[in-house]
Amino acid sequence: MDNSKEAQYIDLYRNVREVQSSVFEAYRKASFERFKRLGFPDDKSEQYKYTNLTEALSVDYGLDNHNQKELIYEAFTCAIPGIRSHLYFVVNDTFYASDEAKNQVFPQGVVIGSLKEASRLYSDLVAKYFGKLSEKEEDGLIAFNGMFAHDGFFMYVPENVTIDRPIQLVNISEGNTNQLLNSHNLIILERGAKVQLLVCDHTEGNARFFVNRLTEVHVAEEATYEHYKIENTSSDTTHISSLLIDQKESSKTLTTILTLNNGLTRNNISLMLNGEYAEGLLYGMAVGDLDQKVDNHTSILHNKPNCHSTELFKYILGGESQGGFTGRIYVAEDAQKTEAYQNSKNILLSTTARMRTKPQLEIYADDVRCSHGATIGQLDETAMFYLRSRGISEDEARLLLMYAFAADVIENIRIEALKDRIKLMLEHRLRSGVSQAASCILCR
Amino acid sequence: MLEIKNLHADVNGREILKGLNLQVNAGEIHAIMGPNGAGKSTLASVLAGNPAFEVTEGEITFLGKDFMELAPEERAAEGFFLSFQYPVEIPGVSMVNFLRTAMNEQRKYRGQEPIPASDFLRLMKEKKELVEMQSNLTNRSVNEGFSGGEKKRSEIFQMAMLEPRLAVLDETDSGLDIDALRIVANGVNKLASPERAIIVITHYQRLLDYIVPDFVHVLFDGRIVKSGNKDLALRLESEGYDWIKKELE
Repeated sequence: MDNSKEAQYIDLYRNVREVQSSVFEAYRKASFERFKRLGFPDDKSEQYKYTNLTEALSVDYGLDNHNQKELIYEAFTCAIPGIRSHLYFVVNDTFYASDEAKNQVFPQGVVIGSLKEASRLYSDLVAKYFGKLSEKEEDGLIAFNGMFAHDGFFMYVPENVTIDRPIQLVNISEGNTNQLLNSHNLIILERGAKVQLLVCDHTEGNARFFVNRLTEVHVAEEATYEHYKIENTSSDTTHISSLLIDQKESSKTLTTILTLNNGLTRNNISLMLNGEYAEGLLYGMAVGDLDQKVDNHTSILHNKPNCHSTELFKYILGGESQGGFTGRIYVAEDAQKTEAYQNSKNILLSTTARMRTKPQLEIYADDVRCSHGATIGQLDETAMFYLRSRGISEDEARLLLMYAFAADVIENIRIEALKDRIKLMLEHRLRSGVSQAASCILCR
Repeated sequence: MLEIKNLHADVNGREILKGLNLQVNAGEIHAIMGPNGAGKSTLASVLAGNPAFEVTEGEITFLGKDFMELAPEERAAEGFFLSFQYPVEIPGVSMVNFLRTAMNEQRKYRGQEPIPASDFLRLMKEKKELVEMQSNLTNRSVNEGFSGGEKKRSEIFQMAMLEPRLAVLDETDSGLDIDALRIVANGVNKLASPERAIIVITHYQRLLDYIVPDFVHVLFDGRIVKSGNKDLALRLESEGYDWIKKELE
């Protein structure tokens, strides 16, 4: 490994390490050891070959100093009309709850708050789950997150409890100095629990951000979990997000990953179907018009029989933007009666945009239904002409077709207010051309 | 209204139209017949401004404007409409959104305000009845999963909504059973008016039992070689095109 980049952070770790709860400490130490072994992924790494971090890592970053003078989140208003969410924040590295959420009385046993705090108040519970998925990942960035993350979002939903309104976590990267930001979220759903989480990523300020966030989700038997992630950051942001979901028997998850505005983005999504009859739906969309880079690296593990997964990712790339998609589907030897469907569809609007898509199926069982498809193309010329022949201008026709292309990802959003807003944001995004999704007050 | 002079057009470098002349006035219904490969659909595509076809010579004037100078969407906004032989399916674009966009884009071109939503919905309801179009079809994506008959009915429905000055119906009868044919033809007849002209492109005389033309033209090898009244269509039906070929030789 190229020691120079890693060495400074190894020193930094030694210098700034804070004493947390014992749960954090053990994990931090183990992560440190793993990072020393793995280092940052480089251009020779098969897993990261569509995400080149060399430039982003050459920037000199500081760690968050945790003393924002103004609490930026207090000014935050979510611009999704009618979302009625319970709102939480991670500003840079640190967790905050909105006043509304602080005063909220949830059903008996529900815990939503800071992971740092939870690791002290509910140390046994947190210890049982914390780091259990991430410690198995052979990924230097996940190890790196473990070295520095000291807080994040924590949610525990007890058996058979349904949280009616969506929970919303807004990650804000804020400041005018270059920063390296890490946070660790832990989400636990007990048997039969039900919750929707909306995660929004924003940036504010004129600095370079290297954001490295990790989310571990445990979904117990018959529980239902929906995860919506919307990135609306800036061209100066390097955004790494790892989402690890463990599913037990008859659980259901829906994950939607939307990249509307960004710099360099890498989403690692791992769906582990570890109980029979589990269902995992995974949808994604990315829009690039300048020189954005979006790489969704997905892995769906069918470890038990009778599970179902559906995966659909759509990219609309123009300018010199670049997209990457890896869709690994693993079906274990005894995971009979698996159903796994995957589709990657991509439109290139310019000759300089690039898309690299790679289905990767590893099937060891013999009684399965699996399919995969990948297309990279342009807008349908016959459809263009049909629309124009009815009086619709070329620009408007193009917009309608791009919009239609993305529709089946958006239609799978189950929070109506969010679905409507995403439609608007996408339309605005496609119309204005320049990188403005313009819908949140913080990221005008 | 429409004047075509000495029209030559290529597709993929092959000349299909070889000096076609045609004049259509307001209020007239013209039928264009001819054997396969004569250039009937090419004529329709060229009129609509399909970029896959290249006009190499001649002129097309529509309502006093040089049609060749106009983009497909401008031609539509000037009052031209093509009912496609093979309407395109567009998944993800709803019929309602499609038509409202089309209508408002045309209005914008003509310097008009967008149509109010309530007026639009009322108009849709009225026009759907005109072509006996099932209500749920307009809630679906454009032509997606429509049967052959439904697609053709959808074309006439669009024509009714957009109210063109000149409509070209390109083999609207193909793929229709006799009931659907009657419904589509009735819709077209209701849309006929002294201000509007219609060109019907067809292989078969059958459609002309329902839509009675004022003029029938035979398109052969890229030119209109014979014109007459509706009796010409009847003769073509019974005798085929051989006698025309002989006349030409």
